[in-house]
Amino acid sequence: MASETVTITGAPAAKKSFANTTFGRVARYSVVRLLTMMVTVVIGIYLTILIANMGGYVDTIMRNEIRDNTTQSILANPAYRQLDTETRAKLIQDKIRLEEQRLGLDQPFVVRSINYLKNALVLNLGRAQHMNSDSGSRQVRLILLERLPATLLLAGVSQLLLFFGSVYVALGLSRKYGSFWDKVTIALSPTSAAPPWFYGIFLILIFAAIFKVLPFGGLVDSPPPKTSFGYGMNVLKHLILPASSIIISSLFLSVYNWRTFFLIYSSEDYVDMARAKGLPARDIEQRYILRPTLPTIITNFALLLITLWTGFTITESVFLWPGLGRTLFQAIGLYDTPVIVGSTIIYAYLLAITVFLLDFVYALVDPRVKVGGGGPK
Amino acid sequence: MKAALASLRDLVRYPSALVGLSVVLFLVVVAIYAMATIPYSEAIRLWRGGEDIWYQNPKFAGPSWMNYFSSEKKPVSFIASTTDGTMTKVITPGNEDSSKIEITHTFNYEYDTFPQEMILYLNGSYEAKLPFVSIVLLTPAGEEIRIGDMAVDHELTFRFSQDQKLQKRLKTDKVLEALLINPDISDSAPAKGEYQLKITGVTFEKNSDIDAEFVMHGSLFGWAGTDQYRRDLMLPLLWGTPVALAFGLIAALGTSLLTMIISAVGTWYAGWVDELIQRITEINLVLPFLAILIMVGTFYSRSIWVILGVTVLLSIFSGQIKTYRAIFLQSKESAYIEAARAYGASSGRIIFSYLIPRMIPLLIPSLVSSVPSFVFLEASLAVLGLGDPVLPTWGKIIENAFAEGALYRGLYYWVLEPAVLLMLTGLGFAMLGFALDRVFNPRLRDV
Repeated sequence: MASETVTITGAPAAKKSFANTTFGRVARYSVVRLLTMMVTVVIGIYLTILIANMGGYVDTIMRNEIRDNTTQSILANPAYRQLDTETRAKLIQDKIRLEEQRLGLDQPFVVRSINYLKNALVLNLGRAQHMNSDSGSRQVRLILLERLPATLLLAGVSQLLLFFGSVYVALGLSRKYGSFWDKVTIALSPTSAAPPWFYGIFLILIFAAIFKVLPFGGLVDSPPPKTSFGYGMNVLKHLILPASSIIISSLFLSVYNWRTFFLIYSSEDYVDMARAKGLPARDIEQRYILRPTLPTIITNFALLLITLWTGFTITESVFLWPGLGRTLFQAIGLYDTPVIVGSTIIYAYLLAITVFLLDFVYALVDPRVKVGGGGPK
Repeated sequence: MKAALASLRDLVRYPSALVGLSVVLFLVVVAIYAMATIPYSEAIRLWRGGEDIWYQNPKFAGPSWMNYFSSEKKPVSFIASTTDGTMTKVITPGNEDSSKIEITHTFNYEYDTFPQEMILYLNGSYEAKLPFVSIVLLTPAGEEIRIGDMAVDHELTFRFSQDQKLQKRLKTDKVLEALLINPDISDSAPAKGEYQLKITGVTFEKNSDIDAEFVMHGSLFGWAGTDQYRRDLMLPLLWGTPVALAFGLIAALGTSLLTMIISAVGTWYAGWVDELIQRITEINLVLPFLAILIMVGTFYSRSIWVILGVTVLLSIFSGQIKTYRAIFLQSKESAYIEAARAYGASSGRIIFSYLIPRMIPLLIPSLVSSVPSFVFLEASLAVLGLGDPVLPTWGKIIENAFAEGALYRGLYYWVLEPAVLLMLTGLGFAMLGFALDRVFNPRLRDV
């Protein structure tokens, strides 16, 4: 994730001016990073719009819709019944042209795509063709924002558990290198080849279909419990299966990677030195293994998050979890173009935010990160 | 060559490599078998055909091996026909032009539940006078039940459970239960033993004939079972193998090779080329991969080859480019490259003959390990309903099963069969790649 603006040098900072304090460094770094990130997001979203419009597909859909609606409304209007066919046809044509003008469809594609970009950037995502938000709105933005908390809940819980769990387990395993559990982890690490939804199928089969102890899917029971405590517990119960399927699908590989990583680092000279000094194992782990490897750990976590963000689409659909992914799935089924394009844009934003936040944390924990220096060319 | 052999010998030392290799070989054999026995056009016909092709199969039938694991034996479907000799047909010429035709089929019914349906397809050939048949069923108890009498035109379908005369005669609308029931047992269970279906026909013309086909729809069918359209799942399971392998291998190969070439070119030329590649990588990181694939699938084409192309295109500029770049930056400064530069080798020669070949050992493990993710990607898209509309694939089976609520209805086989194959493919390639990684990356070997 290190871009050209970030220079990694081994040399310690010379002077202790404001620019060299942690706060100053991080602030400067974040501003530069934020700017590059914004440019990246703009280009990314513009590409998304180009892909969605390739061959003028979206325009065709919009034109057809205008034609249908206008023709219908004029034919259904009793005020126009007396007019002869020719006048009516002309009236329809005029109305269609007006409507296309209003939506900017008469302008060249480049101009329109810039308009789309402007709208997309401020999350003005247009109106859905078929779908509704729970509050009854047709605004794509409202539909998607309404689903965002569910996705964040699922992603947050599963990712945090996965991350801290696997780092903790890996530290333990690297201490007992070659033990039985170590070998089990190595043997099981290829299971991470399968995506979460795949394990979801098996979990549903075992815990919902056969043992009937956990629900098949959804966010809460219907009708939902009245008290807020009961509601929370109910959501937690529904969260168990989707979260476990996400965790299972990457747990073993992630533990294996961390374990290998820690093993390589624990054979460094300074760790041997610390051991020779007789420092307790906990101190060695925290100060001599974890601290210097923290930037790498965070980078890997970010990459994990990025690959998993969009991977939730199917997991959510399998578990009927009312998040962004399931909305996208429903939109595909209904052919609801604005919602599909809108979700893609929201995903692009989420990815950008993830990349930015983790870069920010990276700068906080890695004292070697400097901003504005020339890269090694 | 020697080095390759040595690597192979190293590889065999790892049990996971052996398991992975045998799984991959098994899949390749299955793929070749599928393509050799069922040609592409035949596979498409069987998969996309329609009721005419699938009528012989029951709906939602499990695989027949399920009986081995259950104490309650369920009826296995079968087909008997006079045209292929599985039903015996005896013709005795009578006076004038008429003749008597006796068609019998004896079958053992050793199951604990009733079948879904029994159907008789009768096919008469005549010019003006229709042949006439009467059908009876002999039960194991020796009872003779009259099923029906009718004139046979060119195509006659007689469904036992739907026939109103039979329903009236047996005084119930559950015809099959009434026909097969064992009266000695209080709870309803079919009588086990030998049944005989007897069709006695008379034809009234010289070249007139009757052919019959008897189909029993049990609750189990074949090796793989059937889906909601009566399709035999064996076909997509078999044909899904070459499709999955082709998709996974082509995508993995294309992605890793192109990634490597691009990062080599970027590192070699440095300057704005390198800068551009870096920027594209960063933008690509922000593009939601699956969402864009979904857009392409919904708006343009669901053809597996278009999706494959887009997948490769979006995966080229991945984080992998940065890893390769770091290594290329090192080897760019090494002495042998300097030597090549000194004797005036062209940039193309240095990139393709010196820089990239040295990276092949690093490429192979990552290539093999990335195959499963592409196989699962294809399945994921199919589960989303964006699978190839023509080809039978594993993902399409899972999608169908989910659409029909297979897990809720207890039709586990429907989901488990493709899932097990997917798992097998994933594990096979992952284990092989894992072992390859240890062979080619000596740093990992000790830990």
